[in-house]
Amino acid sequence: MSNIGKIENIFRQEFNLDEKFDLKTLTYQSIPEWDSVGHMSLVASLEDEFNIEMEMDDIIDLSSYEVAVKTLVKYGVE
Amino acid sequence: MFKYIENECTDDFLRIKNIFSVNSIKLILLQAENTLLFSELYTYLLTQKISIILISSEVKSSEIKNLIINFKPDLCILKSFQEIKNQIDDYICLYEKQYCVYERKEFILDEILIPCLLLSTSGSTGSKKFVRISYENLEANTKSIINYLSIKSTDITITNLPLHYSFGLSVLNTHLYSGAKVIFTNHSVIQKEFWDLVKEHRVTNLFGVPYTFEILDKIRFFRMDLPNIRLIAQAGGKLNILLQDKYVDFCSQKGIEYYTMYGQTEATARMSYVPPIMSLVKKGSIGIPIPDGRFELRDASNQIVNDAETVGELVYCGPNVSLGYASTRRDLYNPDENSGVLYTGDLAKFDNEGYYYIVGRKNRFLKLYGNRISLEDLEDKLFNLGIEAVCGGVDDNLTTYITDFSKIEFVKKWLSKITLIHSSAFEVKFIQKIPRNISGKILYTELF
Repeated sequence: MSNIGKIENIFRQEFNLDEKFDLKTLTYQSIPEWDSVGHMSLVASLEDEFNIEMEMDDIIDLSSYEVAVKTLVKYGVE
Repeated sequence: MFKYIENECTDDFLRIKNIFSVNSIKLILLQAENTLLFSELYTYLLTQKISIILISSEVKSSEIKNLIINFKPDLCILKSFQEIKNQIDDYICLYEKQYCVYERKEFILDEILIPCLLLSTSGSTGSKKFVRISYENLEANTKSIINYLSIKSTDITITNLPLHYSFGLSVLNTHLYSGAKVIFTNHSVIQKEFWDLVKEHRVTNLFGVPYTFEILDKIRFFRMDLPNIRLIAQAGGKLNILLQDKYVDFCSQKGIEYYTMYGQTEATARMSYVPPIMSLVKKGSIGIPIPDGRFELRDASNQIVNDAETVGELVYCGPNVSLGYASTRRDLYNPDENSGVLYTGDLAKFDNEGYYYIVGRKNRFLKLYGNRISLEDLEDKLFNLGIEAVCGGVDDNLTTYITDFSKIEFVKKWLSKITLIHSSAFEVKFIQKIPRNISGKILYTELF
C-alpha cells in the first residue's frame, strides 16, 4: 500500500469514517471524534505506522488531514 | 463575594443583562463556555444570589429539554435553543445572538430555600443529577484554595478546562476572586494557538486533569521554554506515578510549585492537596485536608479508624460540603441534607505523618479523561437496548463484557457516542456467560 493510502486508512480508522467521507475537508474538532483524545491517538498511530517521533510544534500544528500529509513529508514519508 | 464593575463590562454582556429583570428570577439555566462573556454573565448572576444550573455547551438539545421540564428555570441563557424552541411553549425569546435568552411566560411562585449553584456530577453522560452548592460553600472553598495555592492578583491563568466542570470552575472562581487575570480560550493544549496565548500573556498558573499531563508529556512539555510559569496543579483523578515523578522533578528543578489536589463536586471542588515541598516524599498521596477542612476514615461499621496504614472510607468535613442533590425544581426546596459531612465513596488510608492515600473505590465509578462515569448507569442503558453487559476496568480504560459477539463494534461506538469520549478509552470483550453468585449478583472479581 502507498504511504498516502496508509495515512488515509489511519484517519478513517481513528475517527470511524467511511470511504465516502472526504478527508480533504477534515480539520481538528470538525467532527466529535477528533478531539484532544482522538488527536493523541492519531499521532500515536501515525508515529507507529511510520516509525517516527514527531516534534511538539508539528503535533500541535497538525490541525487537518492536509496538514498531516504535508507534515509527514518532513519526516520522510512520501 | 464576587464583584462586577459595570463600566468595565463588555457591551455584549450589558445588552443581555439589560433585557431581563433579576427581581422575579430565582432559577437560571446557563450554558457555560470558555469566554469572557460567559464569565461576565456568571459573575453577575452570582452577585444577585440567584440559583444557577450550569451545563456544558455540548449538552444535547433533548437533554436541555428534559432539564427545562424538570427544573422549570425562570430564565434560560443558552448557546442554541433552535432545535427545541418549538417544543417548549412556556418560554418567550428575549434575545438571540451569541447567547439566546428565553424567559418563562409565567413565573413560578415558589420558594427556593437556599440559593445555590447546580453542577452536574458527570460532565458528559448527561446525568440528570446535580450537586447543590450553596453560595457559602462556594465562598468557603474559593477562599481556602486561594489560601493554600497563594493565588495573587499578579497571577495569570488560562482556561484549558471546561467551566461547567467543578475543577475548571474553581480555577475561574479563585482567580476572579483574587483579582488575578484569566485568559479565555477554547483552544486545547494540543493546539499551537493555546501555547501562543500562554507565551503572549505570560501565563503563570497551569491546571489540568491527569489526561492533560499525559498529553503535555507526549507533546514534549519538558522541552518547552515557559519562563513565566510559577504554579502547576493537578486534580481530577490519579496521575500515573511515573509521570508524576517526571513533573515533580521537572518542577523542582525549574522552581515551579507543583501541587497534587483531590476533590469532588460534592465538596464544591477541593478537599485536599500536597504542599509542593512535600511532593517529592509524598508521591501518590492526595495530601492533607485544605484549610478549614478535616478528614476521617470510617470502617465498615462506621467507626472512626485511628491507626495509620488502615483502610477505611474517606469522610470529609468542612464548610464546602454541598447541600445534597437535585433532579427537579422541588429538590431545591429541601434544607441542607449533608450538614457539612461528605462520605466520599473512596477507600483510603493515612501514613504516620497524616498524609492520605486513596486505595480504591467503594462505589462503581471510573474516570475517563477527567469525566466521572457511572458503570451502573452504562450497564442499565445497555440493558435497555437489549444488551447484557458488565462494565469495569481502570481509569481511562473502561472494559465492557457482552454476551452477544455480533454487538462488539456497535457497543464500542455506542459507548463513545453516549459519553462523548474517544473510542480508544473503551474495550469491548465477548464472554459466553456472565459469572454470578447464587443470588444473581455479578462476580466482578472474576472479570476484572
